[in-house]
Amino acid sequence: MTGRRNRRRAALLIAPLALFLGVFFFWPLATMLAQSVSDPAVGRVLPLTSAAIADWDGQGVPPPEIQRAFATDLHEATDDLAVGDMVRRLNSAQSGFRSLMNKTLPAVREDVDVDLASLDRKWSNPAYWQAIRGAVSPLTDRNLLATMDLERNAGGEINRMPAGSSANGAIILRTLVVSAIVTLCCLLIGLPYAMIAASVTGWRRAVLLGAVLLPLWTSLLVRTAAWFILLQDSGLINGMLTGLGIVDQPVQLIFNRLGVVIAMTHVLLPFMVLPIYSVLATIPANLMPAAASLGARPLRAFWRVLLPLALRGILSGVLLVFMTAIGYYITPALVGGANDQMISAVITQYATGSANWGMAAALGVVLLALTLVLYACYGWLSREDAVRLS
Amino acid sequence: MSHSGIRFDNVSKAYGNLRVVEGLDLDIAGGEFVSLLGPSGSGKTTLLMMLAGFEDVTSGRILVDGALVNDIPTYRRDMGVVFQNYALFPHLDIARNVAFPLEMRGMGRADIRQRVDRALEMVQLLHLRDRRPSQLSGGQQQRVALARALVFEPRVVLMDEPLGALDKQLREQMQLDIRAIHRRLGVTIVFVTHDQQEALTMSDRIAVFDKGRIQQIGTPREVYDRPANRFVAEFIGETNLLAGTVETAENGGTAVSLSDGTRIEGRSPAGLARGSAALASIRPERARLHAARPAEGNALPAQVTDILYQGSHIRVDLKGADGQLTVHLDRSAGEPAVGAPVWLGFAPDDCWIISP
Ligand SMILES: Nc1ncnc2c1ncn2[C@@H]1O[C@H](COP(=O)(O)OP(=O)(O)O)[C@@H](O)[C@H]1O
Ligand SMILES: [Mg+2]
Repeated sequence: MTGRRNRRRAALLIAPLALFLGVFFFWPLATMLAQSVSDPAVGRVLPLTSAAIADWDGQGVPPPEIQRAFATDLHEATDDLAVGDMVRRLNSAQSGFRSLMNKTLPAVREDVDVDLASLDRKWSNPAYWQAIRGAVSPLTDRNLLATMDLERNAGGEINRMPAGSSANGAIILRTLVVSAIVTLCCLLIGLPYAMIAASVTGWRRAVLLGAVLLPLWTSLLVRTAAWFILLQDSGLINGMLTGLGIVDQPVQLIFNRLGVVIAMTHVLLPFMVLPIYSVLATIPANLMPAAASLGARPLRAFWRVLLPLALRGILSGVLLVFMTAIGYYITPALVGGANDQMISAVITQYATGSANWGMAAALGVVLLALTLVLYACYGWLSREDAVRLS
Repeated sequence: MSHSGIRFDNVSKAYGNLRVVEGLDLDIAGGEFVSLLGPSGSGKTTLLMMLAGFEDVTSGRILVDGALVNDIPTYRRDMGVVFQNYALFPHLDIARNVAFPLEMRGMGRADIRQRVDRALEMVQLLHLRDRRPSQLSGGQQQRVALARALVFEPRVVLMDEPLGALDKQLREQMQLDIRAIHRRLGVTIVFVTHDQQEALTMSDRIAVFDKGRIQQIGTPREVYDRPANRFVAEFIGETNLLAGTVETAENGGTAVSLSDGTRIEGRSPAGLARGSAALASIRPERARLHAARPAEGNALPAQVTDILYQGSHIRVDLKGADGQLTVHLDRSAGEPAVGAPVWLGFAPDDCWIISP
């Protein structure tokens, strides 16, 4: 009795949280997942065709019943917006559809029984019918395949897209490469930094940690803009390099890969330093002296004692930086060149530029999947670690 | 295997303006067990850290087997160190912890296994070789640390208050264990402690520290029975100190007259001048209580102020002419009554006279 009441009370207490998660997390996520595989443009306008064409074997020109159903659907379609969507969708599957439909639509609207083949020779070409058959299903994997530069041919087999027609695979690869480079840079700087911060005390430690934390409290946009100022041709760094006579031409530091790596490393460094530092701070101070007294040279003591003990922090830092890096948008967009845009920028382009929500969602799914896989790795590794250390 | 002698030659250490060890000379023979005993902050750890190579020497020389080690890095000094909080490697199991110094020396696997097992057997922990340090009790961890510091047969073993974190019973057991291991291996041990009982129990010799200087170095008997100065007399064990003036000082036999005119006789180191101020130190367990003035030896009138039962003995607090006195009585001896006037008697051999 009281148990049930308590449970109800508990449910009431977490209701705001559940509502928040539902509205701002699960619902958008579900929508995105649905978007990435939904393809209603054709099936919506051609309900009869969808039903009829399912049984067609795809050989030659479809039988008259199917042609008849298609003509009826077109005759009945009154929503011009929906028809426009359908034409765009079909044209992207088979070029030439737009002009074909421009010709066919008025004719069918006038007379449902018009003979399609005599109206336009293209209707005798099976490829157009196959395109319709491929597009009537409300579900599609074409967006997901396109993220990896794959497509289905007329026969439904998965093929590589013709070279140069899609850059999605290259951009995903680039995103992973840039993220990996940034993660490595963060590790190379962050590990010694965290070690120094953990080995000093008092005001020195406060200053070192403050220097890492300060950027974290500054807006991302401001930090990126600051790099913009520092890195440009007439910026501080180039000014110094030319002033000191190290180079006579300004070095190109911005709008290229180098600029992106520098700025992202700076922005993400705290996520490497803090987890490593927090683990190092828990390591007893006399383990390294103990290792030395037992005959370990500094480097061996580092490998055999400090590094294994710091591994959990290093792992957290690496995954945190990498997972954040693959979703980065503002920094590459501002300090990168055209060839340094990462997956997020492409998603933005699909979403706001070409209104291709399906592609934007599919790339989002890829990003989400990558992150989840990494997160699972992290969970697994840190569990192993916990088991081993307990 | 012969064990190494250590020599500190005028060694000093300063942190900025803070002089922590000052002009220290100390000779430790090979195979000797020497305790550094002193209050907290007296520089014992600092001296040990310099010997281990964790801290630089500000001035002076440290020699091991006659060779200067000032500039030799820790990892080449070949000294086992046992820390107060064990400093075991948490990510390695017990066997790997003990194997660590052998692996650092590039020993073969079979040899390592054999040596590790022997070392763990010595500290009676062989059955726990696959556990992690966190799964062991404090006493067990300290024994692992001991095995790890001994397994590579170092020239010297240094221990910095290794038993400080253990409870009394375990501490006393470990004292005996370490003593037995020292006897068996004959290794040179430098042992830091602030516990005078521990130093007395374990050491061949004790170096008593105060303010970065050695106040006295000697066997447990010497530092207890013949303290060199007031600090040592008060730091090691309990004592009654009586102030007076030297009346006669002949070899061995010295007489002091106290402020109330009482004359007592005792022993003293050479060099006490007639007429100089002196302190007579009488250990509480060497004094007796008498109802009437005893015929022989020294006697002081006093009044009983309190009687405390201590288990192994009875402590009697007294008010003398010159302040508070304490006597430890056997339980078989008759107890006086509180408030009773008594005579406190002691032999000249049990009265040690030092300069204040
Ligand atoms: N790294 C250091 N920096 C400054 N002062 C120190 C340092 N290490 C020890 N000291 C000082 O040196 C003195 C002696 O310390 P220590 O050798 O640890 O004494 P003990 O071990 O006898 O208790 C203390 O006053 C301590 O504050
Ligand atoms: Mg100390």
